[in-house]
Amino acid sequence: MGLDFSVVPGYLDTILLGVIWTIAITVAAAVVSFFGGILFAVIALYAPWFIRLPVRFFAWLFMGTPLLLQLFLIYFGLVELGIDLPAFVAGVIGLGLHFAVYNSELIQTAILAVDKGQMEAARTLGCSRGQALRKVVIPQAVRDVIPPIGNNMIALLKDSALVSVIGVSELTLSAQLAIGRTYRPFEFYAVAAVLYYIVNLGMEAVLRRIERKTALSR
Amino acid sequence: MSDTSTTQKSETQKFVDIRHAQKSYGELEVLKDISLTVDRGEIVAIIGPSGSGKSTLLRAINDLDPLTGGEVWLDGVQINKDLPHRQYEKHINEMRQQVGMVFQHFNLFPHLSVRENVTMAPKLLKGISDAEANALAEQQLTHVGMLERIDYYPSQLSGGQKQRVAIARALAMNPKLMLFDEATSALDPELVEEVNLVMKRLAEEHMTMIIVTHEMDFAASVCDRVIFMDKGVVVEEGPPSVVFKNPTQERTKEFLRKHLSQYAESAK
Amino acid sequence: MDFELILKVYPYFLEAAVVTVELSVLTIILGLICGALGTAARLSRFRVLRFLGAAYVSVFRGTPALIQLFLLYFGGPQIGIQLDAFEAGVIGLGLNIGAYMTETMRGAIIAIDHGQAEAARTLGLSKAQAFRKVTLPQALRLMIRPLGVNINAQIKGTALVAAISVVELTYTAQRYIGSTYKPFEMFFLAGILYIILITITGKGVAYLDRKVRLP
Repeated sequence: MGLDFSVVPGYLDTILLGVIWTIAITVAAAVVSFFGGILFAVIALYAPWFIRLPVRFFAWLFMGTPLLLQLFLIYFGLVELGIDLPAFVAGVIGLGLHFAVYNSELIQTAILAVDKGQMEAARTLGCSRGQALRKVVIPQAVRDVIPPIGNNMIALLKDSALVSVIGVSELTLSAQLAIGRTYRPFEFYAVAAVLYYIVNLGMEAVLRRIERKTALSR
Repeated sequence: MSDTSTTQKSETQKFVDIRHAQKSYGELEVLKDISLTVDRGEIVAIIGPSGSGKSTLLRAINDLDPLTGGEVWLDGVQINKDLPHRQYEKHINEMRQQVGMVFQHFNLFPHLSVRENVTMAPKLLKGISDAEANALAEQQLTHVGMLERIDYYPSQLSGGQKQRVAIARALAMNPKLMLFDEATSALDPELVEEVNLVMKRLAEEHMTMIIVTHEMDFAASVCDRVIFMDKGVVVEEGPPSVVFKNPTQERTKEFLRKHLSQYAESAK
Repeated sequence: MDFELILKVYPYFLEAAVVTVELSVLTIILGLICGALGTAARLSRFRVLRFLGAAYVSVFRGTPALIQLFLLYFGGPQIGIQLDAFEAGVIGLGLNIGAYMTETMRGAIIAIDHGQAEAARTLGLSKAQAFRKVTLPQALRLMIRPLGVNINAQIKGTALVAAISVVELTYTAQRYIGSTYKPFEMFFLAGILYIILITITGKGVAYLDRKVRLP
């Protein structure tokens, strides 16, 4: 059959739109996973048992199972519960929850590592425990885990390809769309790979900048 | 030995012969045309401020830090860096078997017991049997007073004990020359003496030794000759009685003043 | 929870779990081989090999595993590579995890203090002997746990082959969700099996790590 990349330019707008959606879903899911991670961490460490235990169970389930399986659960589970969400939203929730669990593990360790004296110092100033957590402990813990959370976000970008299976028309699905018309899988998957690689490089550069900035503010 | 050994084997007692040693890292010149010989059975201390190039010189003797210019001869054989990769490897490994080295941070192999640390190289390179290797380990560890720890692992030893095992490990290859690169600098003060004692015993047995150190007392009591280096050159050399008591060079005086006053203060 | 349904379908999930185990074992073996080769290339004294090693790691870690899998399975025939879905899954995912394992192995080797090899060299050991007798035994101990993390990720990573219709756990779950409209039960059934696999493997890794730990 051979290779023929001349079919690619005709689908460039489809593909580039896919890139935009890939970036959009990555950023949206990254935000969900970041704040979700903080929330889960605080719950896992400080909430009363009847909240803590279910959340721990959920985290255990999500750490032990494939993302793809989780995406199927969320996509079809929401339908089953009568909640009809657009594929994009379901994708953001799935990716976001999955990585929130991983981020939460990092943040829990970091919170425990922040000096106990920090909490005590804040309490002696008259802060409540919640205030001390919010204003003193968590900001420090989060800053400490920015590099490993960054690595999770890089992984999130690549895992965002999986939401193509639940119908989010990001880069992978856009490539498949073009392939459906042209029967040229190699060409379009190769182009998609190159584009993912470029977005990945860009994202690494952004994360390095953020790391440098937060490292400076110590 | 290789065929470069035709020259002047019997010429002198000379064991180490460094000729015009030069070493630079880019712009930075750490050794500037140093020539130095060490006789068989001689014990030489190299002293000097940090960054003077003394460790670099020591590490050039067995080509751990290859020189950028000049020559190193050991027992009448030149270290030949121009050989093709494979031949160089064979050549340098033969040379290194004659030279034992002791490091500041011991570099014991943490995954091997004390016994295995001592026997690994002889078994691998000299093909001795397990029984011979065990006898060798027991003999060398007795020598440094570590026989009762023969089946311990390095992590279970104190710094002084580690360094004594490291000396036994080097001696097990039956070297003709021992190099000590600040062997006691990383030790807690109370552990220095046990290592010094082992080194003194080696000196009494007429081992040829080159000792990079900043322990002036030890250098004065054990060594035949002291070399003071600064900024990549040999500033002054001579018997300890001369270099320590009546140095001729201003830089030597200044270094000793600082060092001896530091010593005097810590002795209070 | 519809336990009656679970009891009815679980034998199919067990069969599928066998395929997941096969995929896991084969991809992990291939990954370890690729990781060792990649590490050797990255630490080689030849510039070309170092470049190839770095390129392998960068490309396979810089793009989604799913795209790599699709490229091999759907695009392969165009360049003369005909593989069935299972074979494509093993090779594609094995190459992918191999790139991550390369970084793990290389990291462990370069974490060993250079003074170790140096001390071995001063005793007269060759570079190869010093590596084999001194650096490698220590690095192997150091890499067990991080390789365990790679292996854990890869067991879950085998789910990707569901996208090329290999009948393993995730594909089976997806199919039964479609035919029974019971997503929670099917997720629970497949999920428990994944967690069992991961727990057993994790215990194995921890046991190995304890067994070779130095005093």
